[in-house]
Amino acid sequence: MSEVTQAEVAGAEAVEKASPRTRRSAAAARNRLLPEGRLAGPMPWVIAIMMFLTVLAAAAGLGLANGVVQMHAQLAGKFTVQIVEADEERRAQLVHAVRAAVQGTPAVTAISVISNARLAAQLRPWLGDDIGSGDLPIPALIDVSLASERAAETGPDLRAKILAVAPQARIEAHAGFLAPVEHLMRSLMWLALLLVALMAVATGAVVMLAARGAHDAHRDTIDILHLMGATDVQIARLFQRRLALDALFGGTLGLLCAVIALLILGQRLDATGSELAQLGVLPLWGWAVLPLLPLLGVGLAMITARMTVRHTLEHAL
Amino acid sequence: MSNIIQFENVGLRYGPDAETLSDVNFSLVTGGFYFLTGASGAGKTSLLKLLYLAQRPSRGVLRLFGEDVVMMPRHRLPGFRRRIGVVFQDFRLVPHLSAYDNIALPLRVSGMDENEITEPVLEMLDWVGLGGRSEARPATLSGGEQQRIAIARAVIGRPDILVADEPTGNVDPDMAARLLSLFEALNRLGTTIVIATHDLPLIAMVPQAQLMRLDKGRLIDPTGVLRYPPGVSGQTAPIQTAPSQTVTGGAR
Repeated sequence: MSEVTQAEVAGAEAVEKASPRTRRSAAAARNRLLPEGRLAGPMPWVIAIMMFLTVLAAAAGLGLANGVVQMHAQLAGKFTVQIVEADEERRAQLVHAVRAAVQGTPAVTAISVISNARLAAQLRPWLGDDIGSGDLPIPALIDVSLASERAAETGPDLRAKILAVAPQARIEAHAGFLAPVEHLMRSLMWLALLLVALMAVATGAVVMLAARGAHDAHRDTIDILHLMGATDVQIARLFQRRLALDALFGGTLGLLCAVIALLILGQRLDATGSELAQLGVLPLWGWAVLPLLPLLGVGLAMITARMTVRHTLEHAL
Repeated sequence: MSNIIQFENVGLRYGPDAETLSDVNFSLVTGGFYFLTGASGAGKTSLLKLLYLAQRPSRGVLRLFGEDVVMMPRHRLPGFRRRIGVVFQDFRLVPHLSAYDNIALPLRVSGMDENEITEPVLEMLDWVGLGGRSEARPATLSGGEQQRIAIARAVIGRPDILVADEPTGNVDPDMAARLLSLFEALNRLGTTIVIATHDLPLIAMVPQAQLMRLDKGRLIDPTGVLRYPPGVSGQTAPIQTAPSQTVTGGAR
């Protein structure tokens, strides 16, 4: 057992004698060098509002990005062959020829000839009940699916094969139908990400103003600390911690509000029953990303506060 | 003994105004005890500000601990400041901190462990007669109590130089004598003491101290010949204004 010196005993006694506040941890004591008063100013609330908007924008961006990817996955390699031939017998021959040409291709995963009955049912609202009489020729439709990873390389060959047996066939890729929708989704996605970036810049500006304000408000204390030999880093650390806590509070509050809003919106979206609307739903990995935003906000606040205060302190002696 | 502080042709100017201090030349030796006197507005506080590095000279050379601090990069100044204890005329206690925390400030700034801080701070509080008021905020303390806290804060880190601006201005004679004995004890341990004061009886209580006088921003009697200001003890001495002479060998 190590010997306990008199000085150590005296020191321990002094610690025992000290009130609970004097026995608090060193870190806590140093952190109190700036007066308490978190949440007293507008900064946490402003951060909360900005984080709320940032999370919504990020969720929209992530949902749309996921939608674009899903749309690609669902539509890539799918196309419809349309055979426009008035003679029913000839049309049937062409369908058979196209089917035979396509079937031999290894990348093809599915071929489906749309039945006349189904086509008639789909056209009936526009052309009336006479559509089933056979007087009006209906083009034959063949849906072809390719393995999506081989669609790009196989597509042109397959197109050539089809046109070789049925020159009058029209081949329409499904992706082409929804290209305008995809462009819109992409535009909205980039807009959402731009909003996130702008919010980050605005958050940095808010923290900068808050740090300057706090510096001005505590100039006397800072002068004293400087004259006691405190370094710029030590002083900047005090502000950094204070503003980081404000950002953490505001960020967490903003995140919670945004998550509640997103859950409600998700329910409303489900209620529409629209497959297209479902494409914009936030995926699970997106939900995992959202809590990172307040943490990034705290990091941004700390860096901004540190840089601002150190820059301001450089003008002092 | 080596010089701990050296002023060579130091001038200090605030903005475009005339110089507050002009052609100040003196050297203070390590372990000396010095009083700085002069009428109000003579430049005492400005001179002290140069000593505790709240200001840097507009011209001239100022050496502290053997190094010229005039052109020294900012990041090196904290290391020098930690070796200097300061008692401000207006105390400059941190208003939201308790008496305990104010006294502990230099130790915390220097990175000392909290367990090592408690004992000396409590001892110092007892020493200045405020042992029961460790949790009191400055606003709840009298002027004299605040001054004692300010002195305790200045000396707790056992600085190499102690600079005090009217340190006994708000305390009764008994406490003034007690505080002065603290300064003398520190001085015996090797701390160089520089006290700006109007308190002539206080000066008389430290017979070994060297005296400096400022008049309109210039150091007069820089030779130290003038032990007491004229008319205090009956001693008189010629006031010399030779700018190149220095106060050396602060008698110990």
